[in-house]
Amino acid sequence: MTTDELKALKSDKTVDARGTACPGPLLAAKKAIGDVQAGQIMEILSSDEGTKNDIPKWCKKMEYNYLGSIDEDGIYRLFLKK
Amino acid sequence: MANEIEKQVAELAEKVKKLENRQAKDQISIIAYSGDLDKMLAAMIIATGARAMDTEVKIFFTFWATAMLRDKNKSAKGKDLMSKMFGFMLPRGTSQLKLSKLNICGMGTAMLKGLMKKKRVASLEEMLATAGELGVEINVCEMSMDLMGFKKEEMIDYPNLKYVGVGSYLADADESRIQLFI
Repeated sequence: MTTDELKALKSDKTVDARGTACPGPLLAAKKAIGDVQAGQIMEILSSDEGTKNDIPKWCKKMEYNYLGSIDEDGIYRLFLKK
Repeated sequence: MANEIEKQVAELAEKVKKLENRQAKDQISIIAYSGDLDKMLAAMIIATGARAMDTEVKIFFTFWATAMLRDKNKSAKGKDLMSKMFGFMLPRGTSQLKLSKLNICGMGTAMLKGLMKKKRVASLEEMLATAGELGVEINVCEMSMDLMGFKKEEMIDYPNLKYVGVGSYLADADESRIQLFI
């Protein structure tokens, strides 16, 4: 998805993992995904650059649909569809 | 002819079944051996991360790493002199582990712990608690415990802790897709 498309997305759940270090964002995402229904969109906020590479791989393993990320001044917004 | 084919199909089905049983599971086996703070941190990050990815995790604690599982608030009675000496010299739990490099009489370790706090990296204590919540299985080498004179009553309360031998580790590793020695 393009940045504009991602920006227009309405997330059903947002996980704020800003400030935490590896593996914090991954653990936070795992904890939150349980509340998300199939077909819903989850957004993960992270200040850890590694998360940008980790979440797509996590999605692949967990069979979620990774939609893309937006970089906003060192904060990464990552989107996925369950 | 038809009989022959049927026989071959049956043989193949049998072979496939055997192969399927031999296939590694979505599981990781870690041998925690060193007991160094930095290396045990790496082990626990991998273990908790793996659980986030729905991978089963089994950690086999052996040799120096077993000291990490001691509870500093617990003690055991009836130890002989050698066990007492070992018990005194080895770390009593996660908080007493040292760095494998740049320890500098504990200064380096203290500095790293300070940095971890500042950068919000979870401490080893926190990671161990998280691992327990996430269902990371901990197996402790019975022989190491015996050798170093550690007793079960001085070990931490952990939800999935078992005392095992090398056979259990090998059986777990045999069915794990990933194996690490740390």
